[in-house]
Amino acid sequence: MLIGKQTWYFSHKPRILGTGTVVGEKEGKGPLGQSFDRSVTDPYFGQSSFEKAERKAMEMAQETAVQKAGLTMAMIDLIVSGDLLAQNISSHFAGRTSGRPLFNVFSACATSMQAVMLGAQLVDSDCANYVMAAVSSHNSSAERAFRTPTEYGAQKPPTAHCTVTGAGAAVIGKGIAGIRITYATIGKIVDLGIDNPWEMGAAMAPAAVDTIKQHFEDTKRTPDDYDLIVTGDLARVGHPIARSLLRKEGICLDERFTDCGILMYDENQPEVFSGGSGPACAACVTFGYLLQGMEEGRYQKILVIATGALLSLLSSQQKESIPCIAHAVAFEREET
Amino acid sequence: MTLSAKIGVESAAYKDFVKRVQPRKAWLRNAFRAFITGGLLCILGQGIEDFFITVFHFTEKTAGNPTVAVLIILSVLVTGFGVYDRFAQFAGAGSAVPVTGFANAIASAALEHKSEGYIVGVGTNIFKVAGPVIVFGVVSAFLISLLRYIFMQIIGS
Repeated sequence: MLIGKQTWYFSHKPRILGTGTVVGEKEGKGPLGQSFDRSVTDPYFGQSSFEKAERKAMEMAQETAVQKAGLTMAMIDLIVSGDLLAQNISSHFAGRTSGRPLFNVFSACATSMQAVMLGAQLVDSDCANYVMAAVSSHNSSAERAFRTPTEYGAQKPPTAHCTVTGAGAAVIGKGIAGIRITYATIGKIVDLGIDNPWEMGAAMAPAAVDTIKQHFEDTKRTPDDYDLIVTGDLARVGHPIARSLLRKEGICLDERFTDCGILMYDENQPEVFSGGSGPACAACVTFGYLLQGMEEGRYQKILVIATGALLSLLSSQQKESIPCIAHAVAFEREET
Repeated sequence: MTLSAKIGVESAAYKDFVKRVQPRKAWLRNAFRAFITGGLLCILGQGIEDFFITVFHFTEKTAGNPTVAVLIILSVLVTGFGVYDRFAQFAGAGSAVPVTGFANAIASAALEHKSEGYIVGVGTNIFKVAGPVIVFGVVSAFLISLLRYIFMQIIGS
Protein backbone atom coordinates (compact mmCIF):
# COMPACT_ATOMS: atom_id res chain seq x y z
CA MET A 1 0.00 0.00 0.00
CA LEU A 2 1.42 3.36 -1.02
CA ILE A 3 1.74 5.82 1.80
CA GLY A 4 3.08 9.30 1.23
CA LYS A 5 4.96 9.69 -2.01
CA GLN A 6 7.48 6.89 -2.31
CA THR A 7 6.83 4.43 0.48
CA TRP A 8 5.05 1.10 0.64
CA TYR A 9 3.50 -0.22 3.83
CA PHE A 10 3.12 -4.00 3.99
CA SER A 11 -0.02 -4.69 6.00
CA HIS A 12 -0.11 -8.46 5.50
CA LYS A 13 3.09 -8.97 7.41
CA PRO A 14 5.65 -10.43 5.02
CA ARG A 15 8.54 -11.81 7.04
CA ILE A 16 12.10 -12.96 6.60
CA LEU A 17 11.82 -16.73 6.99
CA GLY A 18 15.43 -17.65 6.41
CA THR A 19 18.68 -16.10 5.24
CA GLY A 20 21.88 -17.35 3.66
CA THR A 21 25.17 -15.48 3.65
CA VAL A 22 28.38 -16.61 1.98
CA VAL A 23 31.52 -14.46 1.99
CA GLY A 24 35.13 -14.56 0.90
CA GLU A 25 38.25 -14.76 3.04
CA LYS A 26 38.74 -11.06 3.71
CA GLU A 27 35.11 -10.63 4.83
CA GLY A 28 35.36 -13.78 6.96
CA LYS A 29 38.38 -12.31 8.75
CA GLY A 30 36.55 -9.04 9.33
CA PRO A 31 34.79 -8.05 12.54
CA LEU A 32 31.50 -9.65 11.41
CA GLY A 33 33.13 -12.90 10.25
CA GLN A 34 31.25 -15.01 12.79
CA SER A 35 27.84 -13.80 11.66
CA PHE A 36 28.05 -15.24 8.15
CA ASP A 37 26.90 -18.77 7.32
CA ARG A 38 29.91 -19.62 5.21
CA SER A 39 33.28 -18.06 4.66
CA VAL A 40 35.27 -19.46 1.75
CA THR A 41 39.03 -18.95 1.67
CA ASP A 42 39.49 -19.94 -1.98
CA PRO A 43 38.81 -16.82 -4.11
CA TYR A 44 37.79 -19.14 -6.95
CA PHE A 45 35.29 -21.06 -4.77
CA GLY A 46 36.66 -24.22 -6.42
CA GLN A 47 35.67 -22.94 -9.89
CA SER A 48 37.75 -22.05 -12.94
CA SER A 49 37.01 -18.30 -13.13
CA PHE A 50 36.01 -15.42 -10.85
CA GLU A 51 32.67 -15.13 -12.65
CA LYS A 52 31.91 -18.77 -11.92
CA ALA A 53 33.06 -18.24 -8.34
CA GLU A 54 30.53 -15.43 -7.87
CA ARG A 55 27.80 -17.62 -9.34
CA LYS A 56 28.77 -20.41 -6.95
CA ALA A 57 28.51 -18.02 -4.00
CA MET A 58 25.06 -16.98 -5.23
CA GLU A 59 23.95 -20.63 -5.44
CA MET A 60 25.35 -21.44 -1.99
CA ALA A 61 23.58 -18.48 -0.40
CA GLN A 62 20.27 -19.42 -2.01
CA GLU A 63 20.53 -23.04 -0.88
CA THR A 64 21.38 -21.99 2.67
CA ALA A 65 18.48 -19.54 2.84
CA VAL A 66 15.99 -22.14 1.64
CA GLN A 67 17.30 -24.69 4.15
CA LYS A 68 17.20 -22.28 7.06
CA ALA A 69 13.63 -21.31 6.13
CA GLY A 70 12.73 -24.98 6.41
CA LEU A 71 11.63 -25.11 2.77
CA THR A 72 12.80 -26.75 -0.42
CA MET A 73 13.85 -24.86 -3.54
CA ALA A 74 10.74 -26.18 -5.34
CA MET A 75 8.54 -24.26 -2.89
CA ILE A 76 10.02 -20.89 -3.87
CA ASP A 77 7.53 -19.16 -6.21
CA LEU A 78 9.90 -16.49 -7.42
CA ILE A 79 13.51 -15.47 -7.12
CA VAL A 80 14.29 -11.76 -7.35
CA SER A 81 18.03 -11.46 -7.76
CA GLY A 82 20.77 -9.23 -9.07
CA ASP A 83 24.50 -8.61 -9.26
CA LEU A 84 27.05 -6.22 -10.75
CA LEU A 85 28.14 -8.06 -13.86
CA ALA A 86 26.85 -7.22 -17.34
CA GLN A 87 23.56 -8.91 -18.20
CA ASN A 88 23.40 -10.00 -14.54
CA ILE A 89 25.14 -13.25 -15.43
CA SER A 90 25.67 -14.36 -11.85
CA SER A 91 21.96 -14.21 -11.08
CA HIS A 92 20.71 -15.46 -14.43
CA PHE A 93 23.14 -18.36 -14.55
CA ALA A 94 22.38 -19.32 -10.95
CA GLY A 95 18.79 -19.58 -12.16
CA ARG A 96 19.83 -22.66 -14.12
CA THR A 97 20.61 -24.39 -10.85
CA SER A 98 17.59 -23.19 -8.89
CA GLY A 99 15.18 -23.83 -11.75
CA ARG A 100 12.66 -21.39 -10.26
CA PRO A 101 10.82 -18.44 -11.87
CA LEU A 102 13.17 -15.52 -11.95
CA PHE A 103 13.17 -11.72 -12.04
CA ASN A 104 16.51 -10.03 -12.23
CA VAL A 105 16.89 -6.48 -11.04
CA PHE A 106 19.76 -4.01 -11.07
CA SER A 107 20.48 -0.97 -9.00
CA ALA A 108 24.17 -1.72 -8.39
CA CYS A 109 24.92 -1.90 -4.66
CA ALA A 110 21.30 -0.98 -3.83
CA THR A 111 20.05 -4.18 -5.49
CA SER A 112 19.72 -6.05 -2.17
CA MET A 113 17.01 -3.80 -0.76
CA GLN A 114 15.36 -3.44 -4.16
CA ALA A 115 15.01 -7.24 -4.30
CA VAL A 116 13.77 -7.40 -0.69
CA MET A 117 11.11 -4.72 -1.20
CA LEU A 118 9.86 -6.30 -4.43
CA GLY A 119 9.74 -9.70 -2.74
CA ALA A 120 7.87 -8.28 0.23
CA GLN A 121 5.40 -6.51 -2.06
CA LEU A 122 4.69 -9.66 -4.06
CA VAL A 123 4.14 -11.69 -0.89
CA ASP A 124 2.04 -8.90 0.63
CA SER A 125 -0.21 -8.77 -2.43
CA ASP A 126 -0.56 -12.58 -2.57
CA CYS A 127 1.25 -12.84 -5.91
CA ALA A 128 3.63 -15.32 -4.32
CA ASN A 129 3.82 -17.38 -1.16
CA TYR A 130 7.58 -17.50 -0.94
CA VAL A 131 9.97 -15.14 -2.69
CA MET A 132 13.72 -15.29 -2.45
CA ALA A 133 15.71 -12.07 -2.69
CA ALA A 134 19.35 -12.73 -3.54
CA VAL A 135 22.37 -10.69 -4.63
CA SER A 136 26.05 -11.32 -5.17
CA SER A 137 29.33 -9.59 -5.94
CA HIS A 138 32.94 -10.70 -6.19
CA ASN A 139 35.92 -8.45 -5.66
CA SER A 140 37.88 -9.84 -8.60
CA SER A 141 35.02 -10.04 -11.10
CA ALA A 142 34.04 -6.46 -10.22
CA GLU A 143 37.64 -5.20 -10.52
CA ARG A 144 37.71 -6.73 -13.94
CA ALA A 145 34.33 -5.39 -15.02
CA PHE A 146 34.81 -1.85 -13.73
CA ARG A 147 38.54 -1.26 -13.24
CA THR A 148 41.79 -2.92 -14.26
CA PRO A 149 43.02 -6.55 -14.23
CA THR A 150 43.12 -7.85 -10.66
CA GLU A 151 46.88 -8.33 -10.60
CA TYR A 152 47.67 -5.01 -12.26
CA GLY A 153 49.77 -2.77 -10.06
CA ALA A 154 47.99 0.55 -9.64
CA GLN A 155 47.71 2.58 -6.48
CA LYS A 156 44.18 3.24 -5.25
CA PRO A 157 43.27 6.45 -3.42
CA PRO A 158 42.00 6.39 0.20
CA THR A 159 38.47 7.18 -1.05
CA ALA A 160 38.29 3.86 -2.95
CA HIS A 161 36.02 1.01 -1.89
CA CYS A 162 36.74 -2.70 -1.58
CA THR A 163 34.06 -4.73 -3.39
CA VAL A 164 32.78 -7.43 -1.06
CA THR A 165 33.14 -11.01 -2.24
CA GLY A 166 30.05 -12.93 -1.32
CA ALA A 167 26.34 -13.41 -1.71
CA GLY A 168 23.31 -12.92 0.48
CA ALA A 169 19.86 -14.41 0.11
CA ALA A 170 16.66 -14.10 2.11
CA VAL A 171 13.42 -16.04 1.84
CA ILE A 172 10.39 -13.81 2.30
CA GLY A 173 6.96 -15.21 3.06
CA LYS A 174 4.04 -14.99 5.41
CA GLY A 175 4.74 -16.88 8.57
CA ILE A 176 3.99 -16.73 12.23
CA ALA A 177 7.56 -16.01 13.28
CA GLY A 178 10.42 -14.05 11.85
CA ILE A 179 11.46 -10.47 11.33
CA ARG A 180 8.71 -8.41 9.72
CA ILE A 181 9.29 -6.20 6.71
CA THR A 182 7.07 -3.20 7.39
CA TYR A 183 7.99 -0.31 5.12
CA ALA A 184 9.97 0.19 1.95
CA THR A 185 10.92 3.54 0.47
CA ILE A 186 11.82 3.57 -3.21
CA GLY A 187 14.66 5.89 -4.10
CA LYS A 188 15.01 8.45 -6.86
CA ILE A 189 18.07 9.06 -8.97
CA VAL A 190 20.21 11.73 -7.34
CA ASP A 191 23.27 13.10 -9.09
CA LEU A 192 25.17 16.02 -7.64
CA GLY A 193 27.89 15.89 -10.24
CA ILE A 194 30.59 13.69 -8.70
CA ASP A 195 32.27 12.03 -11.69
CA ASN A 196 35.27 10.30 -10.15
CA PRO A 197 34.59 6.54 -9.89
CA TRP A 198 37.02 6.46 -6.94
CA GLU A 199 34.68 8.72 -4.98
CA MET A 200 31.54 6.60 -4.87
CA GLY A 201 30.95 7.32 -1.19
CA ALA A 202 30.61 11.03 -1.90
CA ALA A 203 28.56 10.33 -5.02
CA MET A 204 26.05 8.11 -3.20
CA ALA A 205 25.67 10.06 0.06
CA PRO A 206 23.08 12.56 -1.33
CA ALA A 207 20.94 9.68 -2.66
CA ALA A 208 20.91 8.08 0.79
CA VAL A 209 19.97 11.43 2.37
CA ASP A 210 17.16 11.94 -0.13
CA THR A 211 15.65 8.51 0.58
CA ILE A 212 16.03 8.77 4.37
CA LYS A 213 14.33 12.15 4.37
CA GLN A 214 11.52 10.86 2.16
CA HIS A 215 11.08 7.81 4.39
CA PHE A 216 10.54 9.94 7.49
CA GLU A 217 8.18 12.27 5.61
CA ASP A 218 6.10 9.41 4.19
CA THR A 219 5.90 7.29 7.34
CA LYS A 220 5.66 10.18 9.81
CA ARG A 221 8.33 8.40 11.77
CA THR A 222 11.38 9.98 13.37
CA PRO A 223 14.93 8.64 13.77
CA ASP A 224 14.02 7.74 17.36
CA ASP A 225 11.66 5.06 16.06
CA TYR A 226 14.67 3.04 14.96
CA ASP A 227 17.34 1.32 17.00
CA LEU A 228 19.64 1.40 14.04
CA ILE A 229 19.69 3.29 10.74
CA VAL A 230 22.18 1.65 8.43
CA THR A 231 23.30 2.85 5.00
CA GLY A 232 24.55 0.35 2.43
CA ASP A 233 28.09 1.15 1.41
CA LEU A 234 28.85 4.81 1.87
CA ALA A 235 31.83 3.68 3.93
CA ARG A 236 34.20 5.83 5.95
CA VAL A 237 34.21 8.69 3.46
CA GLY A 238 30.59 8.85 2.32
CA HIS A 239 28.94 8.12 5.67
CA PRO A 240 30.15 11.24 7.52
CA ILE A 241 29.14 13.27 4.44
CA ALA A 242 25.61 11.81 4.62
CA ARG A 243 25.51 12.54 8.35
CA SER A 244 26.36 16.21 7.85
CA LEU A 245 23.93 16.57 4.91
CA LEU A 246 21.20 15.11 7.13
CA ARG A 247 22.11 17.51 9.90
CA LYS A 248 21.65 20.40 7.48
CA GLU A 249 18.21 18.97 6.75
CA GLY A 250 17.39 18.99 10.44
CA ILE A 251 17.77 15.24 10.94
CA CYS A 252 20.34 14.66 13.66
CA LEU A 253 21.51 11.10 14.03
CA ASP A 254 23.69 9.71 16.79
CA GLU A 255 25.80 6.56 16.91
CA ARG A 256 22.74 4.55 15.91
CA PHE A 257 23.44 5.75 12.38
CA THR A 258 26.00 3.43 10.81
CA ASP A 259 26.97 1.80 7.51
CA CYS A 260 27.38 -1.77 6.21
CA GLY A 261 30.57 -0.82 4.36
CA ILE A 262 32.09 0.39 7.64
CA LEU A 263 30.86 -2.60 9.65
CA MET A 264 32.10 -5.18 7.14
CA TYR A 265 35.84 -4.60 7.54
CA ASP A 266 38.18 -3.50 10.25
CA GLU A 267 39.86 -0.22 9.36
CA ASN A 268 43.25 -1.83 9.74
CA GLN A 269 42.64 -4.75 7.40
CA PRO A 270 44.90 -4.50 4.33
CA GLU A 271 43.46 -2.85 1.22
CA VAL A 272 39.94 -2.19 2.42
CA PHE A 273 40.41 1.55 1.76
CA SER A 274 37.32 3.48 2.88
CA GLY A 275 35.27 0.30 3.37
CA GLY A 276 33.15 -2.34 1.65
CA SER A 277 30.88 -1.97 -1.36
CA GLY A 278 29.02 -4.16 -3.81
CA PRO A 279 25.51 -5.66 -3.62
CA ALA A 280 26.81 -8.38 -1.27
CA CYS A 281 27.98 -5.74 1.24
CA ALA A 282 24.56 -4.51 2.33
CA ALA A 283 23.05 -7.98 1.80
CA CYS A 284 25.53 -9.96 3.92
CA VAL A 285 25.68 -7.39 6.71
CA THR A 286 21.87 -7.09 6.84
CA PHE A 287 20.95 -10.74 6.38
CA GLY A 288 23.78 -11.89 8.59
CA TYR A 289 24.81 -9.51 11.34
CA LEU A 290 21.82 -7.14 11.59
CA LEU A 291 18.98 -9.65 11.41
CA GLN A 292 20.81 -11.88 13.91
CA GLY A 293 21.04 -8.90 16.20
CA MET A 294 17.28 -8.48 15.89
CA GLU A 295 16.60 -12.15 16.55
CA GLU A 296 18.75 -11.93 19.65
CA GLY A 297 16.72 -8.93 20.75
CA ARG A 298 19.49 -6.34 20.47
CA TYR A 299 17.45 -4.27 18.04
CA GLN A 300 13.69 -4.03 17.65
CA LYS A 301 13.45 -1.85 14.56
CA ILE A 302 16.06 -1.11 11.96
CA LEU A 303 16.09 0.82 8.71
CA VAL A 304 18.50 -0.29 5.98
CA ILE A 305 19.20 2.12 3.15
CA ALA A 306 21.15 0.34 0.43
CA THR A 307 22.99 2.75 -1.84
CA GLY A 308 23.93 2.20 -5.47
CA ALA A 309 26.25 4.07 -7.83
CA LEU A 310 24.81 3.49 -11.28
CA LEU A 311 27.92 4.05 -13.35
CA SER A 312 29.36 1.85 -16.05
CA LEU A 313 32.97 1.59 -17.19
CA LEU A 314 31.96 3.36 -20.41
CA SER A 315 30.08 6.20 -18.72
CA SER A 316 32.93 6.95 -16.36
CA GLN A 317 35.48 6.88 -19.19
CA GLN A 318 33.25 9.33 -21.04
CA LYS A 319 33.50 11.56 -17.95
CA GLU A 320 29.81 11.40 -17.12
CA SER A 321 28.84 12.12 -13.54
CA ILE A 322 27.55 9.25 -11.42
CA PRO A 323 23.78 8.90 -10.96
CA CYS A 324 23.02 7.24 -7.63
CA ILE A 325 20.02 5.66 -5.97
CA ALA A 326 19.12 4.46 -2.49
CA HIS A 327 16.35 2.07 -1.49
CA ALA A 328 15.25 1.76 2.14
CA VAL A 329 13.57 -1.15 3.90
CA ALA A 330 12.37 -1.21 7.51
CA PHE A 331 12.74 -4.47 9.43
CA GLU A 332 10.90 -4.99 12.70
CA ARG A 333 10.96 -7.54 15.41
CA GLU A 334 7.50 -8.45 16.61
CA GLU A 335 6.77 -10.46 19.73
CA THR A 336 4.35 -13.22 18.82
CA MET B 1 22.21 17.36 -14.70
CA THR B 2 19.63 16.05 -12.30
CA LEU B 3 19.61 17.90 -9.04
CA SER B 4 17.49 16.86 -6.18
CA ALA B 5 15.44 19.77 -4.98
CA LYS B 6 14.95 17.96 -1.71
CA ILE B 7 18.58 18.21 -0.76
CA GLY B 8 19.25 21.88 -0.46
CA VAL B 9 22.69 21.64 -1.99
CA GLU B 10 23.83 22.80 -5.38
CA SER B 11 26.15 20.63 -7.40
CA ALA B 12 29.06 23.09 -7.30
CA ALA B 13 28.66 23.71 -3.58
CA TYR B 14 28.48 19.98 -2.93
CA LYS B 15 31.63 19.29 -4.91
CA ASP B 16 33.45 21.98 -2.91
CA PHE B 17 32.18 20.48 0.32
CA VAL B 18 33.27 16.98 -0.71
CA LYS B 19 36.69 18.25 -1.66
CA ARG B 20 37.06 19.75 1.81
CA VAL B 21 36.00 16.73 3.82
CA GLN B 22 37.34 13.84 1.74
CA PRO B 23 40.70 12.38 2.76
CA ARG B 24 43.33 13.65 0.41
CA LYS B 25 45.91 11.61 -1.42
CA ALA B 26 49.11 11.59 0.59
CA TRP B 27 51.15 13.25 -2.13
CA LEU B 28 54.34 13.69 -0.12
CA ARG B 29 54.28 10.20 1.34
CA ASN B 30 53.51 8.73 -2.08
CA ALA B 31 56.33 10.68 -3.71
CA PHE B 32 58.76 9.57 -1.02
CA ARG B 33 57.75 5.92 -1.34
CA ALA B 34 57.91 6.09 -5.15
CA PHE B 35 61.41 7.60 -4.93
CA ILE B 36 62.66 4.90 -2.56
CA THR B 37 61.04 1.87 -4.20
CA GLY B 38 61.69 3.04 -7.76
CA GLY B 39 65.31 3.67 -6.78
CA LEU B 40 65.64 0.28 -5.12
CA LEU B 41 64.29 -1.43 -8.24
CA CYS B 42 66.90 0.42 -10.31
CA ILE B 43 69.65 -0.63 -7.88
CA LEU B 44 68.44 -4.22 -8.30
CA GLY B 45 68.69 -3.80 -12.08
CA GLN B 46 72.18 -2.36 -11.73
CA GLY B 47 73.15 -5.30 -9.53
CA ILE B 48 71.93 -7.78 -12.12
CA GLU B 49 73.81 -5.95 -14.85
CA ASP B 50 77.03 -5.93 -12.81
CA PHE B 51 76.53 -9.63 -12.19
CA PHE B 52 76.37 -10.34 -15.94
CA ILE B 53 79.43 -8.18 -16.56
CA THR B 54 81.63 -9.63 -13.83
CA VAL B 55 80.52 -13.28 -13.90
CA PHE B 56 79.65 -13.83 -17.57
CA HIS B 57 81.98 -11.18 -19.02
CA PHE B 58 79.30 -9.23 -20.89
CA THR B 59 80.18 -5.71 -21.91
CA GLU B 60 78.20 -2.82 -20.48
CA LYS B 61 76.32 -2.62 -23.80
CA THR B 62 75.50 -6.32 -24.20
CA ALA B 63 74.56 -6.82 -20.53
CA GLY B 64 71.47 -4.66 -21.04
CA ASN B 65 69.32 -7.29 -22.74
CA PRO B 66 69.79 -10.17 -20.27
CA THR B 67 69.32 -7.72 -17.38
CA VAL B 68 65.99 -6.55 -18.76
CA ALA B 69 65.00 -10.18 -19.39
CA VAL B 70 65.70 -11.12 -15.77
CA LEU B 71 63.68 -8.14 -14.49
CA ILE B 72 60.78 -9.05 -16.78
CA ILE B 73 60.80 -12.66 -15.58
CA LEU B 74 60.91 -11.52 -11.96
CA SER B 75 58.07 -9.05 -12.46
CA VAL B 76 55.90 -11.60 -14.27
CA LEU B 77 56.50 -14.19 -11.55
CA VAL B 78 55.67 -11.73 -8.79
CA THR B 79 52.53 -10.72 -10.71
CA GLY B 80 51.53 -14.36 -11.07
CA PHE B 81 51.97 -14.98 -7.36
CA GLY B 82 49.59 -12.10 -6.71
CA VAL B 83 52.13 -9.88 -4.97
CA TYR B 84 52.86 -7.13 -7.51
CA ASP B 85 49.52 -5.37 -7.06
CA ARG B 86 50.11 -5.20 -3.30
CA PHE B 87 53.63 -3.90 -3.85
CA ALA B 88 52.17 -1.28 -6.22
CA GLN B 89 49.61 -0.14 -3.65
CA PHE B 90 52.55 0.65 -1.38
CA ALA B 91 55.04 1.87 -3.97
CA GLY B 92 52.72 3.80 -6.29
CA ALA B 93 54.65 5.36 -9.16
CA GLY B 94 57.75 3.52 -7.93
CA SER B 95 56.23 0.30 -9.22
CA ALA B 96 55.61 1.81 -12.63
CA VAL B 97 59.32 1.98 -13.56
CA PRO B 98 59.46 0.98 -17.22
CA VAL B 99 60.57 -2.66 -17.26
CA THR B 100 58.78 -4.19 -14.27
CA GLY B 101 55.69 -1.99 -14.58
CA PHE B 102 55.30 -2.80 -18.24
CA ALA B 103 55.79 -6.52 -17.64
CA ASN B 104 53.17 -6.39 -14.89
CA ALA B 105 50.71 -4.61 -17.21
CA ILE B 106 51.14 -7.34 -19.85
CA ALA B 107 51.14 -10.29 -17.45
CA SER B 108 48.15 -9.12 -15.42
CA ALA B 109 46.05 -8.61 -18.56
CA ALA B 110 47.08 -12.03 -19.87
CA LEU B 111 46.21 -13.71 -16.56
CA GLU B 112 42.90 -11.90 -16.39
CA HIS B 113 41.73 -12.99 -19.82
CA LYS B 114 43.01 -16.56 -19.80
CA SER B 115 39.46 -17.67 -18.94
CA GLU B 116 38.28 -16.59 -22.43
CA GLY B 117 40.90 -18.75 -24.20
CA TYR B 118 44.32 -18.01 -25.68
CA ILE B 119 43.31 -16.30 -28.92
CA VAL B 120 40.18 -14.33 -28.13
CA GLY B 121 41.10 -13.86 -24.48
CA VAL B 122 44.85 -13.53 -24.01
CA GLY B 123 45.66 -12.57 -27.62
CA THR B 124 43.08 -9.80 -27.84
CA ASN B 125 43.56 -8.35 -24.39
CA ILE B 126 47.24 -8.79 -23.57
CA PHE B 127 48.04 -5.17 -24.56
CA LYS B 128 44.85 -3.80 -23.01
CA VAL B 129 46.70 -1.92 -20.29
CA ALA B 130 50.11 -1.67 -21.96
CA GLY B 131 48.76 -0.65 -25.36
CA PRO B 132 48.62 3.11 -24.64
CA VAL B 133 52.24 2.98 -23.44
CA ILE B 134 53.31 1.61 -26.82
CA VAL B 135 51.11 3.97 -28.83
CA PHE B 136 52.19 7.12 -27.04
CA GLY B 137 55.75 5.86 -26.68
CA VAL B 138 56.09 5.40 -30.43
CA VAL B 139 54.27 8.61 -31.31
CA SER B 140 56.29 10.75 -28.90
CA ALA B 141 59.54 9.07 -29.99
CA PHE B 142 58.68 9.93 -33.59
CA LEU B 143 57.86 13.54 -32.77
CA ILE B 144 60.97 14.04 -30.67
CA SER B 145 63.23 12.52 -33.32
CA LEU B 146 61.58 14.70 -35.94
CA LEU B 147 62.25 17.80 -33.84
CA ARG B 148 65.79 16.68 -33.23
CA TYR B 149 66.32 16.09 -36.94
CA ILE B 150 65.00 19.53 -37.88
CA PHE B 151 67.03 21.14 -35.11
CA MET B 152 70.23 19.38 -36.23
CA GLN B 153 69.60 20.40 -39.84
CA ILE B 154 69.26 24.04 -38.82
CA ILE B 155 72.34 23.94 -36.59
CA GLY B 156 74.33 22.00 -39.17
CA SER B 157 73.59 24.38 -42.03
